[in-house]
Amino acid sequence: MAIKVLYFAGLREALGTSGETMELPVGITTVGDLRTLIAARGGKWAEQLAPTRNVRMAVIQLMVPAHAPVKDGDEVAFFPPVTGG
Amino acid sequence: MPVRVQSEDFDLTREVAQLRAAQGPRAAQIGGIATFIGTVRDINDGSGVSSMTLEHYPGMTEKALEDIVTQARGRWDIFDALVIHRVGTLHPQDQIVLVVTLGAHRGEAFAACEFIMDYLKTQAPFWKKEATPAGERWVEARASDDTAAAKWGTAASNDATKS
Repeated sequence: MAIKVLYFAGLREALGTSGETMELPVGITTVGDLRTLIAARGGKWAEQLAPTRNVRMAVIQLMVPAHAPVKDGDEVAFFPPVTGG
Repeated sequence: MPVRVQSEDFDLTREVAQLRAAQGPRAAQIGGIATFIGTVRDINDGSGVSSMTLEHYPGMTEKALEDIVTQARGRWDIFDALVIHRVGTLHPQDQIVLVVTLGAHRGEAFAACEFIMDYLKTQAPFWKKEATPAGERWVEARASDDTAAAKWGTAASNDATKS
């Protein structure tokens, strides 16, 4: 099993991708863990997903805090604060 | 509880008529209809805006809007509500968003309409990119929108930093 990770808006542009499929490593249990894991790639990933950056997170299309659980098969998304309306 | 995300424009009169007709016989109990239309301005943060492109998260956006309408119906005794939000490229004076609420009286209709807009601004995954003379830029979330959502008494922060 794998998870699908999506990026939107300014984050999608800065990372140069709208998403990826990845294996969920053992020990990664929350969406905050996943963010830290992806940021550890360095470069633009580290810059865009740094703890100081204002990034919102969704798991299975529901906005969640960093401590929300992630499991195999989930769709996870990272994006900037929303600006609709 | 209709919720639509579309690139096409909408017609207020037609949408209100359809929503009222969909209520069947109880349409006769409606005494107050509140409507809100958000439109594109030609200026933002001191720069001229020639066009705006709206991005969304297909699937999640519709779910978020449905959830917001469900919350509104749980708080106020309204018969129904409609939310239409456009995506794609829009120009100044274009319509962006429509909210319609049907109540027995004006109080619940006004309140539910305002609540839906305040929550939509901070909870529904849409992002605006503006074209200005200096180039394109993503619109930053406003702390004032967080404040507006917070007045309804639940945690709905968008973690916005811009005042």
